[in-house]
Amino acid sequence: MSEENNNKDKPTRREFIHIATTTVGAVGAGCVALPLVTQMNPDASVKALAKVEVDISKINKGNEVTVMWRGKPIFIRRRTDEEVMKARQVSLKELKDPQKDEDRVKKGKDEWLVMVGVCTHLGCVPLKQQGEYGGWFCPCHGSHYDISGRIRKGPAPVNMEVPNYEFVSDTKLVIG
Amino acid sequence: MSDTNYKPTSAFGRWFDERLPLLTLFNGHLMQYPTPKNLNYWWTFGGILTFCLVTQIITGIVLAMHYTAHADLAFSSVEHIMRDVNYGWLIRYIHANGASMFFLAVYIHIFRALFYGSYKSPREVIWILGILIYLLMMAAAFMGYVLPWGQMSFWGATVITNLFSAIPLVGESITQWLWGGFSVDNPTLTRFFSLHYLIPFLILGLVILHIWALHVPGNNNPVGIDLKKDGSDTVPFHPYIVIKDLFALVIFMIVFAGFVFYAPNILGHSDNYIQADPLVTPAHIVPEWYLLPFYAILRSVPDKLGGVILMFSAILILAALPWLDTSKVRSAVFRPIYKQFFWILVIDVLVLGYIGAMPAEGMYVAIGRVATVYYFAHFLIILPILGFTEKTKPIPASIADPIFTGSGNPAFAKKIDKDLQ
Amino acid sequence: MKLLFSIFVSILISFNSFAAGEAEKPMKVDWSFNGFFGKFDRAQLQRGYQVYKEVCASCHSMKYLSYRNLGETGGPEFSDAEVKAIAAGFTVKDGPNEDGEMFERAGLPKDKFISPYPNEKAARAVNGGAYPPDMSVLVKARSGGANYIYSILMGYENPPSNMKIEEGVYYNKYMAGNKIRMSAPLSDGSVEYSDGTKATVSQMSQDVTAFLTWAAEPHLEKRKRIGFKTILYLLIFSVLIFFSMKKIWSRVESKV
Repeated sequence: MSEENNNKDKPTRREFIHIATTTVGAVGAGCVALPLVTQMNPDASVKALAKVEVDISKINKGNEVTVMWRGKPIFIRRRTDEEVMKARQVSLKELKDPQKDEDRVKKGKDEWLVMVGVCTHLGCVPLKQQGEYGGWFCPCHGSHYDISGRIRKGPAPVNMEVPNYEFVSDTKLVIG
Repeated sequence: MSDTNYKPTSAFGRWFDERLPLLTLFNGHLMQYPTPKNLNYWWTFGGILTFCLVTQIITGIVLAMHYTAHADLAFSSVEHIMRDVNYGWLIRYIHANGASMFFLAVYIHIFRALFYGSYKSPREVIWILGILIYLLMMAAAFMGYVLPWGQMSFWGATVITNLFSAIPLVGESITQWLWGGFSVDNPTLTRFFSLHYLIPFLILGLVILHIWALHVPGNNNPVGIDLKKDGSDTVPFHPYIVIKDLFALVIFMIVFAGFVFYAPNILGHSDNYIQADPLVTPAHIVPEWYLLPFYAILRSVPDKLGGVILMFSAILILAALPWLDTSKVRSAVFRPIYKQFFWILVIDVLVLGYIGAMPAEGMYVAIGRVATVYYFAHFLIILPILGFTEKTKPIPASIADPIFTGSGNPAFAKKIDKDLQ
Repeated sequence: MKLLFSIFVSILISFNSFAAGEAEKPMKVDWSFNGFFGKFDRAQLQRGYQVYKEVCASCHSMKYLSYRNLGETGGPEFSDAEVKAIAAGFTVKDGPNEDGEMFERAGLPKDKFISPYPNEKAARAVNGGAYPPDMSVLVKARSGGANYIYSILMGYENPPSNMKIEEGVYYNKYMAGNKIRMSAPLSDGSVEYSDGTKATVSQMSQDVTAFLTWAAEPHLEKRKRIGFKTILYLLIFSVLIFFSMKKIWSRVESKV
């Protein structure tokens, strides 16, 4: 009897009811966290703007336009034949992030280079037609990209990203 | 009160606690703190209010991430929250109804203190800190109501800020200073947003002081007498009071959830879903329900300045309550006459609330005036006199066994026991 | 003097309210979205959108809605293709383009509902000074909500013989003061429903009111669903805590 009383005096967490209560409470707290965390994800209106249509009929060879997509610059460059040649002559062994130029453009549209104009190092926007490889140069920390947007020199780890896009007609491009 | 022998169990805990005794502090105030074991459920509202404050701060921080404090954009940014932001509707409804729940809990908390005499010596400072918190809550709620920039937001802000124009000589300058212009407009909105974000943290600071001041003399209790020194009347805060507070909190949350999910707009006013229009005043301007009694007092005086003074006095008079109530007995359980006046006061405040929601005409004005006079009479006349004239019931020597003390009449003791439940 | 003035004012007020007439209480409709498990009727919302588009939209904007909303879950749930087709049916002013000029294009799902007037002043100018309110949150902006909107649509009658009605104002028994600046918007057959539902005034009023209720509260279904789960959870949790509490307090109470 006295021993039982002693046990009763000591708060114990091992009793089933306390474990059940604590578990159910923890699950509830987790459910509350869900909306508080996901509210910071892109909202419905932001997601709805995820596609951009570009008229490319007025871009001449050797020219480049920059459009906004998801708040980032997209470089659309219509490369000259020499530029395409130059990009394709590079041996993959020279590249930090080996990737063929053919894999960075759409088949049959080899002159068009479409990529997210954001340096893969820390997110600055590279300058066009600068740097040691005739492509882009990021002024923030000195990354050099070639005419295919591949990283050649500097701290950036990978090539500039190619977004999802398609040619809906000869003059229209849809990004996203 | 804190257990001086306390040592954290982990080595890191001991290392840290020797340098900053945070764990000792928590252990003393949230674990070991001796609490009267006869507290009833009316005492759980302190914990519920802490929950309300934290909920408002968290949901408020989230809303501020999506809200735009600009007169042209505020209304549409609220619609953006309601439509596009992930769970934005839920977070906003919790915040909007949370304000009402906060006030519901604070009114119960205040009336509990009135009933059991918790404001009396040695707890006057706790009480006055509480009134300051209440004042800040009203300021925060009022400014928060302006932010959606609906019709009630705009006209509520106009009416309340115009109260200050009643001050002689400088009134006009003060209102223009409050507005940052010649009427409620964008500068008013942005400063209200800034202050609305600030005030909850001031409240949080005062709440810490409120609890600190509470932990010096310890809790009052339904019997209203001082506890025995040997600690036999108390239980440690954890787990006894924690689990009891938690139970009450979950019941409270069911009511809260009922409003949020099934009647989210019932406590608000439909006019606030119309964007603010400085050219059109809604037919009936009413504040949120929790401010209605004071609104009724304001309107019961036909003079502008007089109404404003009386309204603020109605709150400030509470600060003098520990000295206006002359009775030495704390709990209304042992004050048969005070108990009746307490309930009359409750009814009086409800009547004032009802009058505040009605148009200021005809019978409503007359009833409002009577109720206002009674409100002040309760504190200024009835309480001071009652302390001297009332014949109180015999008070037990200990909270543990009120039955075996006092008159020795078992039937009477049983009745007291029932009152204490 | 003051007394005289106040007497005069109160007589004026009482006289006014006598002349204006009392608005009747809104009818009560058994909406599908009422109650704990209330849901919208998809077909009704789609019909309601049709009524809005063909009748209301010529005067009333819905500027907080986008065409994409029509396809979202919990709403009319038009298919993606239908939403695109609906959006494409509107002309949107966009720009400026590379030449710095605004241009017109077909609407896209991301676009907000096109407003009938460029601004409030233009709306007032066309409607004899009255401003047809934006309908995005109209149901929440009127006390009485959906019942009230439905009643207004159904409340057009010939005015009582003793009531004088000015030009451009119409009698409506549910409107405050019984006077409304909008002429009866619906008459039998105003729209032709593709699902074969008979387009009576009552039917169209219910459909468009349901649509406006969804527009004002697009997450209503989700709210009620989460609400049910939340309250169920809290009830279970409270029972568990109750027994936990009894167990803990038994240590004290057994000694008292």
